[in-house]
Amino acid sequence: MNKVMEMQRKDDSPLFGLWVYLMTDGMLFASLFATFAVLRNSTFGGPSGAELFSLSFALLETLILLTSSFTIGIAMWFAHQRDVRAVLFWVGLTFILGALFLSMELQEFSHLVQEGQSWRQSAFLSSFFTLVGTHGLHIIAGLVWCAFVVLQIMHKGLDGIRMKRLAMLAMFWHFLDVIWIFIFSIVYLLGGIT
Amino acid sequence: MLGRLTLDALPSEPITIGGAVMMTLSFLGIVGLLLYFKKTKWLWKNWLTSLDHKKIGVMYIVVAVVMLLRGVADAAMMRTQQALAADAPGIVHSDMFQQVFSAHGTIMIFFVAMGLMFGIINLILPLQIGARDVAFPFLNSVSFWLFVAGMVLINISLVIGEFSTAGWLAYPPLSGLEYSPGVGVDYWIWALQIAGIGSLLSGVNFFVTIIKKRAPGMTMMKMPMFTWSVLITMVMILFAFPILTATLAMLALDRTMGMHFFTSSFGGNPMMYINLIWAWGHPEVYILILPAFGMFSEIVPVFTRKRLFGYASMAFALGSIAFLSFIVWLHHFFTMGAGANVNAFFGIMTMIIAIPTGVKVFNWLFTMFRGRITFTTPMVWFMGFIFTFTIGGLTGVLLAVPAIDFQMHNSLFLVAHFHNMIIGGVVFGYFAGLAYWFPKITGFKLNDQLGKAAAWCWVIGFAVAFVPLYILGMMGATRRLDHYAVSTGWQPLFVIAAFGGLIIMTGICLQILQLVHGIWFRKRNLDKTGDPWDGRTLEWSTTSPAPFYNFATIPKIHSRDEFWERKQSNSRQPKHEYQDIHLPKNTGLGIMIAAMSLIFGFAIVWHIWWLAVVSLFVAIALLLVRFSDDDTEYVVTAEDLAKLEGSRRYA
Repeated sequence: MNKVMEMQRKDDSPLFGLWVYLMTDGMLFASLFATFAVLRNSTFGGPSGAELFSLSFALLETLILLTSSFTIGIAMWFAHQRDVRAVLFWVGLTFILGALFLSMELQEFSHLVQEGQSWRQSAFLSSFFTLVGTHGLHIIAGLVWCAFVVLQIMHKGLDGIRMKRLAMLAMFWHFLDVIWIFIFSIVYLLGGIT
Repeated sequence: MLGRLTLDALPSEPITIGGAVMMTLSFLGIVGLLLYFKKTKWLWKNWLTSLDHKKIGVMYIVVAVVMLLRGVADAAMMRTQQALAADAPGIVHSDMFQQVFSAHGTIMIFFVAMGLMFGIINLILPLQIGARDVAFPFLNSVSFWLFVAGMVLINISLVIGEFSTAGWLAYPPLSGLEYSPGVGVDYWIWALQIAGIGSLLSGVNFFVTIIKKRAPGMTMMKMPMFTWSVLITMVMILFAFPILTATLAMLALDRTMGMHFFTSSFGGNPMMYINLIWAWGHPEVYILILPAFGMFSEIVPVFTRKRLFGYASMAFALGSIAFLSFIVWLHHFFTMGAGANVNAFFGIMTMIIAIPTGVKVFNWLFTMFRGRITFTTPMVWFMGFIFTFTIGGLTGVLLAVPAIDFQMHNSLFLVAHFHNMIIGGVVFGYFAGLAYWFPKITGFKLNDQLGKAAAWCWVIGFAVAFVPLYILGMMGATRRLDHYAVSTGWQPLFVIAAFGGLIIMTGICLQILQLVHGIWFRKRNLDKTGDPWDGRTLEWSTTSPAPFYNFATIPKIHSRDEFWERKQSNSRQPKHEYQDIHLPKNTGLGIMIAAMSLIFGFAIVWHIWWLAVVSLFVAIALLLVRFSDDDTEYVVTAEDLAKLEGSRRYA
C-alpha cells in the first residue's frame, strides 16, 4: 500500500498531460499548415512569398529561436544540479532570446503592413499572418510562463513543484522550436524557391 | 464604448419576446428561490466550486437536460411549421425558421449530446477504473464551466441580438461577413469555440486519467468496455477538436479582421472550410456514438447475466471505427466535384465502417443468446437502439454510394438518416446509461414502468416522425424547408411526422414524471446495497451514491469482471488497512475563468474591444493565481477514513 502512496507523490501525470496537450496543439498547427499549403498560391494578383520574404532575416530568427531552445536545455541541466542561480540566469537568457525573436516577428509583420501587404490583401497573406501569428501567440504565452517560473523560483526555491513546472516550460519551448522549423521550411524556404 | 450593441438588439417579435421573457423569468425564478431558501452559499460551496468529478458530472447532466428541453422546443416549432406551411404562412417567418434550425442542431450536438456524454463519463469512469478522481480535477472544473459559458452565450443570443441563420455548421460564403453581416454567426462561432476548448481540455484530462490512474492490476485488456470506449473517444477528441478550434478561428478572422480564408473573392476558398469542418465533424459524430456503444456493452452483460461476448473484438472494433472515421469526411459533400476516383475512395471507406459496427451489433446479440434476460428500462432502450440504429446504418450505407448521394444530397432522406443515428444511437444509448447508473449517481432507483413506457414512446415516436422524412426525401423534399406548395402532395407526410414528434414529447413528459416520482418516493426505493442490478464492474462495489473519496482503499484488479468474480468466489475483501488520502480542495477559480471567457466571447461578438482585452487579462491573471497556490489539496486521515467507512457501511 505504501507503493500506491509513493506513486501518487511521484505523479508524472502533469508532464504526460502537457505532452498530450502539445500533440493537440500540433494538430492545430497541422490544420493551419494545410490551409497555408492550399492558399499559398492564392495571391489574388499580389506579390508571392518569394517576393515578400527575406530569407536571411528568417534565418536569423531561426538561429535565435534555436539558441533559446539550447539555453533552456542548459537551464534544465543546472536544475538537476540544484544550482538555482545558474537556472535563473539561463531561463532569463531564454526569455531575452524569446523576446528578441518576437520583436523580429512583429517587425516583419509591421514592415509587410506598411508596404500595403496586410492580411486583408489576399487569401495567401491571411494564411501567412495566421500561421506565423499563431506561433507568435504561443511565444507570448511561453514568455509569460518563463517570467512566472523565474518569479516562482526566486520566491519559493527550486522544490519539486518548481522542478516539474520548469520541465514543462522546457517541453513547451522545445515544441515551439519544432513548429518554427516547419514554418521556416514550408513558409520561407519553399516559398522562397517557388 | 459598447461596439455594435444598441437597444435595437433587444427582441422585437412576439415569439422571440416570449422566449426571452420566459428565459429571463425562469433565471430570476431560480435565483429568487435560492435566495428565499438561503441556499446560495450552499450551492456555491457544495456544487459550483466543487472539484469532485461526481458533482461535476451531475452538473453536466442538469445543464444538458435543460438544453434538451430547449432543443426539443425548437424541433416542435419546426415540425409545426412544416406541417402547416403548405401554401400558408405557418407559425414563423423564414428568417426566424432559419435561426430555429441552426439553434436546434447546434444545441443538440454541442450542449445536449456532448454534455450528457461528459456528464456520464465524469460520473462513472473514475469509479470504474478504481480511481479517487480524474488526473486533473481543477482542469475538469475549468472544462465544465467553459461548456457552461458556451451554453450561456448561445442562449444570450435569444435575448440580445439574433442567432445564426447559416445552419449548424455555418458554411461560407453564407456565414461570411458579406451574406451574414449581423451578430448571429459570431454568437455561433464563440459559443462553439469556448465550449469546444472545454471539450478538448476534457479530452486531455480523461485520456491521461485512463492511462495513468487505473487501479493496480487493471491492464488495458482488463479494462471494462465502457472505459475502452471512452479511451478511444478521447483519442478521437485529441485529434479532431483542434481542427474545429483552428477552423472556427479562421472563420472568426474572416469576419472580424477582414481576412480571406473562406470568402468568395481575394483568393479565398469556401470549399476548404467545408473540408476542414467535416474533418472535425465526421469524427465528432463517432465521438458521440462510441461512449453509447460502451454503455450498451456494460448494460447487456449485466441484464443477461453473461460476460460480454467477444471482448477483444469489441475493443478492436472501437479502434477501427475511430481510425476509419478520420478518412471518410468527404462523403458529406460528394457533390463538390472532387472527381470519380476520390468519391469512390471515400464511398468505399464509408461502407467499410459498417463492418466493425456490425461486429459490435452481433457481439451484443451473441451476449444475449442463451442469457437470462431481464427486460428492465435500460434493456428496452437497448432493443429500441438495435432496431433503430441498424436501420439508420443501412440508410447510411445507401448514402455512401456516391451515385445515390447525388440524388439524396441535402434532402430530408439525409435528415432522417442522421437523426436515425443520433436519436436511435446516441440518445437511446445515453438514456439507457442514465437509467442504468441512476441508482449509483443518486442512491435511489426510478420507477421501471414509467421508464419503459417512456422508452417505448421514444422508439415508436421516432419511427412515426422520421420514416415519413425518408419518403419525403425520396419525393424530393429538401432540408431547411420553411414552406412548400400543396401541389407537391407532401403535407400529409409532414403532418404524420409532426404527430410522431408529439409521441416523442409524450415520452419526454413520462421521463420528467419518472424523475419527479422517483424523487418524491425516494425513501421507498433507496439502494442500500450499492449493487442494485447485480453488476459486474467496480463502480458497483462502492455504496450508492459513492462517497466523496470513491474508494477507501484502492482495489486490486485480477480479472475483467472484477466485482462479479469477487462475488462468485465469495472471497471476502481483506481487512481494510486505511491510509491518509489526498483530495483536491474546492476552488471558485474555474467558474471565474469561464465567466471571463463568456465576457470575452460576448465582447467580441459585439465588437466591444476594450472589454475583450480586459476579460482576457483577468482570465490569465486568475490562472496565474491558481498556479501560485501550492496548497490545493487536503488530507483525510486514516482514522477519519475508518470512522467514515464504519458509519457508512453498517449504518
